[in-house]
Amino acid sequence: MISRLQENQFVYSFLRDPSAILGAALMVVFAFCAIFAPLIAPMDPYDLTSIDLGNFLLTPGWMDGGSMNFPLGTDDQGRGILSTMLFGLRTSLLVGFTVVVVASISGIILGMVGGYYGGMLDAIIMRCADTVFSFSTTLLAILLLGVFESRNIWTVVFAICIAGWVKYARTIRGSVLEVKENAYVTAAKASGARDFRILFRHILPNVLPPIFVLMAVDLAVVIMLESTLSFLGVGVPITEPSLGMMIAIGKNYIYAGMWWMVLFPGMTLILLVVAINLFSDWLRDEMNPKLARQA
Amino acid sequence: MLAGKYATQQEREQVRVAYGLDKPFYVQYTVFLGNAIKGNFGKSYVSQVDALDTILERFPATFELALSAIMISFIIGVSMGVVVSLKPGAALSRIIMAGSLGGISIPTFLMGIIWVMVFAVYLEWLPPFGRGDTVQIGSWRTGFLTLDGWKHLIMPALTLSGYQLAVLLRLTRAGMREVLGEEYIKTAWAKGLSPFKVIVKHALRNVLIPVVTIAGLSFGELIAFSIVTESIFQWPGMGSLLLVSIFETDHPVIVTYIMLAAFIILAINILVDLLYGWLNPRIQYD
Repeated sequence: MISRLQENQFVYSFLRDPSAILGAALMVVFAFCAIFAPLIAPMDPYDLTSIDLGNFLLTPGWMDGGSMNFPLGTDDQGRGILSTMLFGLRTSLLVGFTVVVVASISGIILGMVGGYYGGMLDAIIMRCADTVFSFSTTLLAILLLGVFESRNIWTVVFAICIAGWVKYARTIRGSVLEVKENAYVTAAKASGARDFRILFRHILPNVLPPIFVLMAVDLAVVIMLESTLSFLGVGVPITEPSLGMMIAIGKNYIYAGMWWMVLFPGMTLILLVVAINLFSDWLRDEMNPKLARQA
Repeated sequence: MLAGKYATQQEREQVRVAYGLDKPFYVQYTVFLGNAIKGNFGKSYVSQVDALDTILERFPATFELALSAIMISFIIGVSMGVVVSLKPGAALSRIIMAGSLGGISIPTFLMGIIWVMVFAVYLEWLPPFGRGDTVQIGSWRTGFLTLDGWKHLIMPALTLSGYQLAVLLRLTRAGMREVLGEEYIKTAWAKGLSPFKVIVKHALRNVLIPVVTIAGLSFGELIAFSIVTESIFQWPGMGSLLLVSIFETDHPVIVTYIMLAAFIILAINILVDLLYGWLNPRIQYD
């Protein structure tokens, strides 16, 4: 009953917040484009049989010299910008969601264990967290990928996770320290519940809400980080589509006035990040009324 | 890599033995630690020059870029944060806040490219890459002393400062809004102090503690974004050296860079701790 009321309240406040609706709608559109990229893209830019080097550096379709086969122009390999972007969006969202899920789960477990048991274990986990934190996520990810022998999507995910679990662990640990003093935890202990049950059935549900907000904010951060890494050339390999890599390629041609290779993937990236931020702003206000939005 | 693509098996073995790469990793690690304590991080695989020297030679370029970026983000970020907090509803404040949202939502590398497209390619006001004319003073090569150096510095410094500027602006604004409602600020106004004294000496000084903390803690982020910025503007600093070393798998240089970054971050954290004492005399270090 209570959960249904809460659900309704969520739906109600969501429907009254135009920027949250806009953000969510954009996210749905982006997710749709990413999932169905192979069906809606005019071509598969990474299928060597479908690209023709003769089509290289075409201007967007509506301009002189452009072709309607490539509505947003082509890059230096003759790949359509629109198609590559749709496939790049896939990489962005795949990396983003995987990292957020894996990093949050590992951060939650480490933070709960550290906060609940305390002592040596806690000290070791938190000192590791401090070290990672002072290096900062971006720097650590660049340095880790720099020493890896080979790079693919999964090494990128791995590197960002290693650098990114800390904020989850810290948040969870703080809440666990507070929650574990509650009478219901003592009661659960007295009734003979095992640690595992106490942690996951009694403590976890009470410390989870701030994590959802963190995950939403983190999704935007991770997507920006993946594109930054790919832009630097330490992210996904050149054989995989990525918005960051498209911008890196396009950057070589901006001096020649060929703006479309940078502008379209760049705008897509910004729009994606803004959409996620609009949605997570609403989620933060909802989950934590104390931090009501400031005008 | 060292022996070259077409080296024979025997030549490869010789290189492995010469660099101690045939020994088990714990032996290699002990040797590395022993040398590192003496400040010897090995030689670059590619240029055969001492790795630390190679990096330190690039240090002035990165330092001048980072220093300019910190100054820009601090001065503009904090003062804009104060302005916005004083008149939250004004049109100017709304524009600044919208801009700061952009500063957080636009990745640094994209911001840099947008600067280049507008000011170097379209308007042709500023040079798109390099450091311009520099002056050698002792072992320090500076770009601060020539007009050309300043022209080359503007866009990279703005790019690097962008993210931190937005963060500091938002922090200052939030802190100021909280502090300006406090009783002691009302007292300060009531006793007729000049607005400058109330805002800067009484309010801002208390706000600066969290601002300095965050700026210090995010120094690692600044180093990371200096790598990005240097790559966009082909700035001859440590970051672009790191990227080249990564592509050439020049491990001694990469490892030295990591050690140096850790050292700088540690030093900054200590410096921030000491700054607390100055900002808040109630904090005493025994």
